[in-house]
Amino acid sequence: MGAESRERARENGGVQKTCLDNGLQVILKESHLAPVASFWIYYQVGSRNEAPGVTGISHWVEHMLFKGTEKYPQGAFDKAVARAGGAFNGMTWQDWTTYFETFPAERIELALDVESDRMANAIFDAEETESERTVIISEREGSENSYRWLLNTEMQAAAFQTHPYRHPVIGWKQDLLTMGRAELYEHYRTFYTPNNAVAVAVGSFDWGEMVDRIEQYFGGLEKGPTVPVMRLQEPEQRAERRIVLRGADQTSYIGLAFHAPAAQHKDFFPLTVLDSILSGAKGMGLFGGGSSNRSNRLYRALVDKELTVGVTSSFMPTIDPYLFGFSATLAHDVTHQEVEDAIWAEIERVQKEAVSAEELDKAIKQTKAQFAYSSESVTNQAYWLGFSEMIADSEWFEGWLENLEAVTADDIQRVAQTWFGRNKQTVGWYLPEL
Amino acid sequence: MNRIPSLHVPGPSVIARAAQSGRPTVGPETIHRVQTTNGITVLVRPNPSAPVVMLEGCLRAGSVSEPPGLTGLASFTASLLSRGSANYDFDRYNEAVESVGASISVGGGSHTTNFGSESLVEDFPLIVEILADILQRPTFPAEHIERVRGQWLVRLQEREQSTRSVSYRRFNEMIYGDHPYALPTSGYIETIREISRDDAVSFHRDHYHPNQAIIVVSGDVDPEGAVALLESHFGGWRSGAEPPPPADTIPPVTGANGIQRKSFPMPGKVQSDVVIGCLAIARNHPDYHAVQVANNILGQFGMMGRLGENVRERQGLAYYSYSALDADIGVGPWVAFAGVNPQNVDQAVDSILNEFERLGNEPVSDEELSDSIANMTGTLPLRLETNDGVASILLNMEWYGLGLDYLQTYQARINAITQEDVQRVASQYLRTDSYTLVTAGPDANGN
Repeated sequence: MGAESRERARENGGVQKTCLDNGLQVILKESHLAPVASFWIYYQVGSRNEAPGVTGISHWVEHMLFKGTEKYPQGAFDKAVARAGGAFNGMTWQDWTTYFETFPAERIELALDVESDRMANAIFDAEETESERTVIISEREGSENSYRWLLNTEMQAAAFQTHPYRHPVIGWKQDLLTMGRAELYEHYRTFYTPNNAVAVAVGSFDWGEMVDRIEQYFGGLEKGPTVPVMRLQEPEQRAERRIVLRGADQTSYIGLAFHAPAAQHKDFFPLTVLDSILSGAKGMGLFGGGSSNRSNRLYRALVDKELTVGVTSSFMPTIDPYLFGFSATLAHDVTHQEVEDAIWAEIERVQKEAVSAEELDKAIKQTKAQFAYSSESVTNQAYWLGFSEMIADSEWFEGWLENLEAVTADDIQRVAQTWFGRNKQTVGWYLPEL
Repeated sequence: MNRIPSLHVPGPSVIARAAQSGRPTVGPETIHRVQTTNGITVLVRPNPSAPVVMLEGCLRAGSVSEPPGLTGLASFTASLLSRGSANYDFDRYNEAVESVGASISVGGGSHTTNFGSESLVEDFPLIVEILADILQRPTFPAEHIERVRGQWLVRLQEREQSTRSVSYRRFNEMIYGDHPYALPTSGYIETIREISRDDAVSFHRDHYHPNQAIIVVSGDVDPEGAVALLESHFGGWRSGAEPPPPADTIPPVTGANGIQRKSFPMPGKVQSDVVIGCLAIARNHPDYHAVQVANNILGQFGMMGRLGENVRERQGLAYYSYSALDADIGVGPWVAFAGVNPQNVDQAVDSILNEFERLGNEPVSDEELSDSIANMTGTLPLRLETNDGVASILLNMEWYGLGLDYLQTYQARINAITQEDVQRVASQYLRTDSYTLVTAGPDANGN
């Protein structure tokens, strides 16, 4: 790579994209602020690609990629990375599965070695597969201890009738008990191909050299067949849906969810700003975070009024239309109906009245601050670059802040009217059993 | 198109050169440390990487100073500070902090009240001004006390519904007996109900003083400017009586003798949380690094060390199985954790105890020792990547008096740990004839 393209990379916000002959997309960003580097590999597969009967298969496959290849047998991969001072993990979500290693910069090559190896060579040993079945069921049972998790799971299954977003990422327990090695291995071979993957590196390296090294490790992997297209579309919701979950825990929860547009839809950005106006800008790090939100609308209307002890809205970028959600933990001696009415009063307020210029400014300033905080970490930056490519493309990410700044009060009022409605809602109540 | 806020990248600098030599750059050459006349130690670590500033600090106001029957008062008082102060009532505070995308936090611990902020560099002066006001001049508005109490009681109820929280809280109560460390810093439903406005006012008056306070700043600031800013807002804070050394504020930890095992049934739950451990050492004990290396081997390294290998990878009993050392001013426990199906609790407990025993009975292999040492020293640059990470490590170094060169000598101290050290501390502290075991979850009999 010559001086000219280097210059172009800088002009391009420092992000450089290329594609290997086998279809592997590569996204690189130099960052010399600290002597560290982070490497991520994203596969465009998640619970979105799962059929009934094998729900949770993407997540299980992710676990199996930690269970050994011939080159790095069970236990060897994680030891090699840990020994080299690396942090690592794998994550499965609805639209994608990803693996990362963050290292002292001079050791980043090990990440290329292990990730190129397990893209094609994971063994899926029969005994290891069985042992992992109970680990995953244990992971699921840990979540089942939380009625908040159970409520969200039920609501998601009610909000979607045909689209696979109705399934929990970890899968239904019956499927975890019945699926087997053959299905897991086939899923792996179908989706773990260079042409269904994106490699991302951010950190202290020379990107020209990094491209060469990625070519060296990944270039020899054979291109796979085109992955099956996920064709299911959720029909329009015409009627309100209600979930009432009862259990032993005494704390009450409520949730409301509305179908909402995908990341590439023009209404995505107005709804993102609305989410900030309702409950603060959300963190861009790997593990949540975000602005405190006590000056925002939902806190003032619900927590200050002592109806709830916490409240938030949520909206995230996805490939297919997903949900705009509201959730709250009830204060003592308050009914679910009172809280539901109070949330609806706030929804109607944004539908009827334009938000103020100050609220718009605050949302943008909070977003810029969250961006700056997350930019300190190469791990967070690589995470964002990769998942942006999964759910949209790099233009979407590069135009992200500009698109948020362009949102007007009229846009917000319009999207609130378009996407929120009584017949479009899925409402969930968790209440203690009498 | 470059709409992403650009980072201003420092030129070839001390930071880059020192990093190439493999020596951590956070040390006496890069940390500015001064003491204010009223007793605050200020540490500033300039870092021009990103246009942000992180601040972390602590005051000598911890739960060990709570009056009897008012468990949770230190934390409760801390949470009231942002509810109103001389210059920032609740609404003004929220608008000021949130309209610039910043955040301020204050929370109570055992020996200290900790505070912190995160802001863009342009807003740092404002955030320091607000932080100084809420720490020094809170007004404790009565209506907010009741509002915070209501929220707190719901959060405590949620804590009592979590198998993880219940198991660790019960573990601490059992292992510490009548020592103040037995009590949760967030209090109990009964004690939080008892706290009055006067209690919070008195706790603030008696314990919120600049003496022995620490403030750490890491971010895009120049040290002199940051110190001057802190001086202008904290310099006029009147000192109180000099607090005794932290170790003198608690009785010696004697701890439980023999084996204690207890399970807490929680209806409606599916999985059990297991906590099993022994009292080990305080943070300033000479065995600290040996225990850390041993703990890395036992329940941290790779997929969570030997415990992960045994309980998760080999037997498939749990999604998580790991160990941690919780060393404080006083003696803290060395603990293993696992989340398992109720049918498998006994098997998981036996496996964990076997690993405790094996670590004390047999020397670890050369490879295990060198792997864990490489991991602990090798991950240091990752922990020092962000201002957040640096600020919390510096606060820790100052609080425990570890010295400004702590990070630079860390590698040598970890490298010095031997197989004999690991075996000795394991046999000394991981006692299979004297441990505390708590299980919280569904009744194994299916009730």
